[in-house]
Amino acid sequence: MLSVLIRRLFQMLFVMLGISIVVFLIFFATPGADPSSRIAGRNAAPETLLAVRHDFGLDKPLPVQYYLMMKHLFIARDLTSFVNRGQQVIPEVMEATPITLSLVFGAAFFWILGSITIGVVAAATKNSPLDRILMILGLIGISMPVYWLGEVVNLITQARLHDTWVFSWVPPLGYKPLTEDPWGWFKVMVIPWITLAVLYIGIYGRVLRAGIVEANQEDYIRTARSKGLSETRILLRHALRTSLIAFVTLFGLDFGALVGGGALLTEVVFGLQGVGKLTYDALKTLDLPVIMATVVYASFFVVAANAVVDLVYAAIDPRVRLA
Amino acid sequence: MPDSDTKILLDVRGLSVSFRTERGLVRAVDNISFRIGEREIVGVVGESGSGKTVSLMSVMGLINDPNAVVEGSIVYKGRELHGLSKRALRSIRGREIAMIFQDPMTALTPVYTIGWQICEQLRAHNKMSKRAARQRAVELLDAVGIAHPAVTIDRYPHQLSGGMRQRAFIAMALSCNPSLLIADEPTTALDVTVQAQILELIQRLRRDFGSSIILITHDLGVVAEVADRVMVMYAGRIVERGTTRQIFTQPWHPYTWGLHDSIPPLEGTRLRRLPSIPGSPPSLLSLPPGCAFAPRCRFRFAPCAERPELAGAGGHEAACFIPLEERAGLRAARGRALKEAS
Repeated sequence: MLSVLIRRLFQMLFVMLGISIVVFLIFFATPGADPSSRIAGRNAAPETLLAVRHDFGLDKPLPVQYYLMMKHLFIARDLTSFVNRGQQVIPEVMEATPITLSLVFGAAFFWILGSITIGVVAAATKNSPLDRILMILGLIGISMPVYWLGEVVNLITQARLHDTWVFSWVPPLGYKPLTEDPWGWFKVMVIPWITLAVLYIGIYGRVLRAGIVEANQEDYIRTARSKGLSETRILLRHALRTSLIAFVTLFGLDFGALVGGGALLTEVVFGLQGVGKLTYDALKTLDLPVIMATVVYASFFVVAANAVVDLVYAAIDPRVRLA
Repeated sequence: MPDSDTKILLDVRGLSVSFRTERGLVRAVDNISFRIGEREIVGVVGESGSGKTVSLMSVMGLINDPNAVVEGSIVYKGRELHGLSKRALRSIRGREIAMIFQDPMTALTPVYTIGWQICEQLRAHNKMSKRAARQRAVELLDAVGIAHPAVTIDRYPHQLSGGMRQRAFIAMALSCNPSLLIADEPTTALDVTVQAQILELIQRLRRDFGSSIILITHDLGVVAEVADRVMVMYAGRIVERGTTRQIFTQPWHPYTWGLHDSIPPLEGTRLRRLPSIPGSPPSLLSLPPGCAFAPRCRFRFAPCAERPELAGAGGHEAACFIPLEERAGLRAARGRALKEAS
C-alpha cells in the first residue's frame, strides 16, 4: 500500500512538471505572446521594451527563465505578478483556494446525494411516469448553463423575492470564511452549491440510472433473486454497488477539474474570489506568474483527485485491487 | 412419472409461458406438465431455445419480464406457487428451491467475497448471527470439497478457478437445505475433468442432503451419468420422457433419435460425418399447428398435422403418432440408412 502511494506521488510530480513546462512554453515561446510588450504598454519605445525585458529577465534563454520562475514559485516562494508589481502570487492563490474548495466540496456533497437518489429511484421505477419525469428534470438540469441559472437565482434571491420571508435570510454575494463564521459561510455558500450541483445531478443521475438498468440484466442479479433477497436489497447492495464504479470515475475527473478552476462561471456569478476567477483575471492581463501558479495548482488537484479515485476504486472493486 | 410410492415434491400442470413481442405472442413453453418426486434427479434435455430454462425459471417465479405471461399450476409440497405474493415466493426461493446457473463467473456478484454472498442468503432466510452464518458458510464450503474453506471464504469470485466458483455457488445454493435444486447447465462452462467432479457433487447432494434435483442440460452424456429420469423438450413442449434407461436404450421419438445420433459412437467404424438433424429449430412465432418437429422429421405422415399428445406406458411416454410397435424397426432402418450415407 505504501509503495503504491509513493509511486502515485512520483507520478503526480512528473505530471505536474510536464504541465508546468507545457504551460510555460505556451505563454513564453509562442510567437505573438511576448509578455514584455504587454507589460511595457501600448506603443512603447524600443528602448523601454528592452529595459522591461531585461528587468523581468525575459532576455535570458528559455530554460533559464523556466528555472527562475520555478525557483521563485517553489523554493523562494516570492514570485511576483507582472501586472501588479510587488503583488506576491502565492498568497493570492492561498487566499483563493479555500473559497474554491468550499464551493466544490459543498456542491459535490449535493450532487452525490441528489444524483444517487434520482438514479436509484428512476432505475427502480424504470419506464414509469416518475422515471420519465426525473429523467426530463435531469435533462433540464444538464441543459441550463450555470451562469444563466446563477444569474436567475441571484435575481430571485437577491432582488425580486429577497424581501419576502422565503429568501430574506440570503446574505449579499461574497465569501465568508468557514473558520470565522460557520453559519454565515453556510448561508453564503448554499445557493452557489446547489446551482453548481444542478448540472452534475442531471448528468450523474442519468449515468447511474443507466448503470443500474444495465446491471439488472446481469446474471448475478438473477442469482440474487433466486436467493430470495428483497428487491430493495438487490437494488442497493447488488445493482447500485456494481454501478458505482463508472460513477466514481466520472466524479474524479469532474471534481479535480472543478477544484482546479473549472468552477469559474459559478465563482464569477456569485462574486466568489476563487481560483477560477483568479486564473480568469490573470489570463485577461496575461499575468504569467499568476497563470503559472494557478495552473500548477490546478494540475495538482486534478492529479490528486485521480489518485484518490484510484484508491476509491480499489475499495469498491476488488478486481482492481493489487495482489 | 415418478414411481407411485415416492412422494411428489413438485407437480406442474399445464404450464405455459408466453412473451408479448412486437411481432406477436411467442410461446416459449407450451402447456407442459411434469412431476418431480422426492430424492429424484430428473434431466431436462433439449437444444437452445427449447424452453428448458424458461419453464424452470417460471417455477421459481423468476421471470419478471413485464411482457411475460405465465399460465398453469405449479404445486410445490402441496402448495400452489403460481400467483403467490412476491413476499411468499421470496421465502421459498433460496430456502425451499435453489438454483445453480451455467456460468459461475457472471452469476456471482463480483464485488463481494463468496463468504459474504453465502452469509447473505443464510441471513435472508434464517435468524442467525454473523458469526454463526460465517461458521455455517465454512462448513458448506468444506462440504462441497473446497480446500482450506476458512481461507477461501474471504476470496472474491475472480480469485477462484471456474470449478471452485461453481463449487462455491453450489455451497451457496445448498446453504438453506433446499428440497429442490434446479441446476441450469451447471457444467457447460467448465472443462471436462471439473465437469465430472461437479456431477459427482450433484449426485452426493441427493445422498447427503436428500434433495431432488432438476438438471437442465443439452449434454446427453451428463444426463446418462446422473439422472433417474429424462424429459426431452422441443420447441417449448415435452416430446418424450421416461427413465434414463428407457430414453437411452429404446428412445421412441424421432427427435430423441436425432439427439442420440449426434453423439459420436464409441464403437464400430468411425463415421466420416456425424449425422445431424436436418433443418433448424422452428421459430416460436410460427410453430406448425401439429407436431412441432414434423417439418424436420423424415417419418412424418398425415396424422402429424395434428398435435400429438404424450402417450405410452410404464412411465415412458412420447408425443408421436408412429405406432408403438413400428418405432424400433423404423429406428433400426434409419440407423442403417445413416451409416450408408456417411
